[in-house]
Amino acid sequence: MADAGVPRAGRPVRPFPPGEPVPPEEPAWRRPADGLRAYGLIVGMWTRSALAYRLSFVMMTFGNGALTALDFAAVAIIFGHTTRLGGFSLAQTAFLYGTSGMAIGLADLLLGSMDGLGQRVRDGTLDAMLVRPVPVFVQVAADRFALRRLGRVSQAALVLAWSLSRLDVAWTPGTVLLLPVMLVSGAAIFSAVFTLGAAFQFRFGDASEVQNSFTYGGNALTQYPPTVFAKELVRGATFVVPLAFVNWLPATLILGTPQPLGLPRWVDWVSPLVAAAVCAAAAVAWQAGLRSYRSTGS
Amino acid sequence: MGRTEVRDGTGGTGDAVIRLDGVCKVFDVYRRTGLLRRERREVRAVDGISFEVARGETVGYIGPNGAGKSTTIKMLTGILVPSGGSVRVAGIDPSRERTRLARRIGVVFGQRTTLWWDLPLRDSYDLVRRMYRVEPARFRANLDRCVDLLDLGPLLEVPVRQLSLGQRMRGDIAAALLHDPEVLYLDEPTIGLDVISKAKVRQFLAEVKAAGATTVLLTTHDLTDIEQLCERVMVIDHGRLVHDGDLAGLHAVGASERVLVVDFARELPAVDVPGARTVRVEGPRQWLSFPASASAAPLVAEVAARYPLVDLSVREPAIEEVIARLYGDRASL
Repeated sequence: MADAGVPRAGRPVRPFPPGEPVPPEEPAWRRPADGLRAYGLIVGMWTRSALAYRLSFVMMTFGNGALTALDFAAVAIIFGHTTRLGGFSLAQTAFLYGTSGMAIGLADLLLGSMDGLGQRVRDGTLDAMLVRPVPVFVQVAADRFALRRLGRVSQAALVLAWSLSRLDVAWTPGTVLLLPVMLVSGAAIFSAVFTLGAAFQFRFGDASEVQNSFTYGGNALTQYPPTVFAKELVRGATFVVPLAFVNWLPATLILGTPQPLGLPRWVDWVSPLVAAAVCAAAAVAWQAGLRSYRSTGS
Repeated sequence: MGRTEVRDGTGGTGDAVIRLDGVCKVFDVYRRTGLLRRERREVRAVDGISFEVARGETVGYIGPNGAGKSTTIKMLTGILVPSGGSVRVAGIDPSRERTRLARRIGVVFGQRTTLWWDLPLRDSYDLVRRMYRVEPARFRANLDRCVDLLDLGPLLEVPVRQLSLGQRMRGDIAAALLHDPEVLYLDEPTIGLDVISKAKVRQFLAEVKAAGATTVLLTTHDLTDIEQLCERVMVIDHGRLVHDGDLAGLHAVGASERVLVVDFARELPAVDVPGARTVRVEGPRQWLSFPASASAAPLVAEVAARYPLVDLSVREPAIEEVIARLYGDRASL
């Protein structure tokens, strides 16, 4: 330390030069690409750091899968006592379970750290994210990214695959297309709910339980046939928090089951539109939440 | 206050890298007065502050707790949106172009880390490099230099959560400089550190300052930080700038006093030395108060020549005391 200021041989002395002129703000159309890049960077780093402890990673993923496997066992046990649940067979229920599980599993994989936002607001660590040249949403979403959450997605995929092998579906090009569309829309709807919940945490730091009741609660709801629930609940899940569009409504077309609310058939196809609408609402709520944080400092 | 205003009228930066003009920040504080009723009260955390900081300057920004220091820093980084007035940092309005400004500033929060808690320092730095798109050669040169000057070598593979406070702070300071920021904000970088860690941090910051390219705004409660690093100090109290000038000026205005604590060989009556007054006697130990602007050396020589001196120490006035004395009159209004 004593010779700190003395130029040393072999090393260019260029101490802390000023930053080079920063190019003007990038055009708006570049921002999504920049955000995705940053998301990839953070996710990549967390994944590498998790893989550094390979055994621990394998055990966590296995444990995650085993836990969710037990979850489906509960559904199977019900069918040990009856062959139909609200008019749905085991394979049909497994289809609902698999599609709902994959949708929330994907949302949880991509944005699972959102519910930690309230904690960040409370302890002030959100400020550190606000001084980095990366959108806060991306940083919060990618924070502590855990690849082990793939365990849940894989388990749901297995249940879905099994149900498809047992179901007698009259596949048409339309229904073949509808399956991936409903999975992506479902993941988008759950992602929007995660984001909405997080947006509230900017203002109400401990809202994560409310958020959980809509996300994980919504998952528990859509795992079962809509016919076992009260009409009011199904209505609420259709028109208020549109979780019915995750799988209940589009699934009626694939499974050939009746529309739970007797709505017109075109409703089976609007999940992508509903997903886009709730995502837009979530984006607005997120911006409003961030703005309120930045003006109150919480 | 007493400084010539640098204005170029074009809205460009001119010489001033940081420019505040009549900046306010008002918070609404709600107090519950009943089951559903609540009372709204406005708190002016920052109440009309104007100052400029020139390129390469190192400025201390001090004031008692709750005076508005951190609120100012948050407005200068774009974390908080000002309620009024205008802020420009490197020609950018921080609250409107926060992410664009982020590439040009470095921030260290002494109270909490900006690093990734569970990651080794090396991984954190690598992520910083990619996030800020730092050119690899430049990154390596900056990292080598920081590792060298801040003794980070043995810590690079350690997850941040396992670092001691002093180690973490050094890690944080390095992280804030890897992308060559034009402006470095240090919000209490020595808080809670032991003497050796403080010295290391100060020595490093002195290096940064000597290079002359980085503008530094430093908040602290430790007057030594200011003495060793800043030629200019601004004092904020109750959201207003109450002093802007050099440290000697602050002491002169505040009429602050240092205390020479002397241990004599035996109990003596209160000693009488020119330039100081004895404020306390306790057995063989006496406390001599003298103006902070005066040197302690002649006083020590005088005391040693006249009395059987065993030991002595000098106590610096705490910033809080200086400020309390400065504005004692106003506070009592």
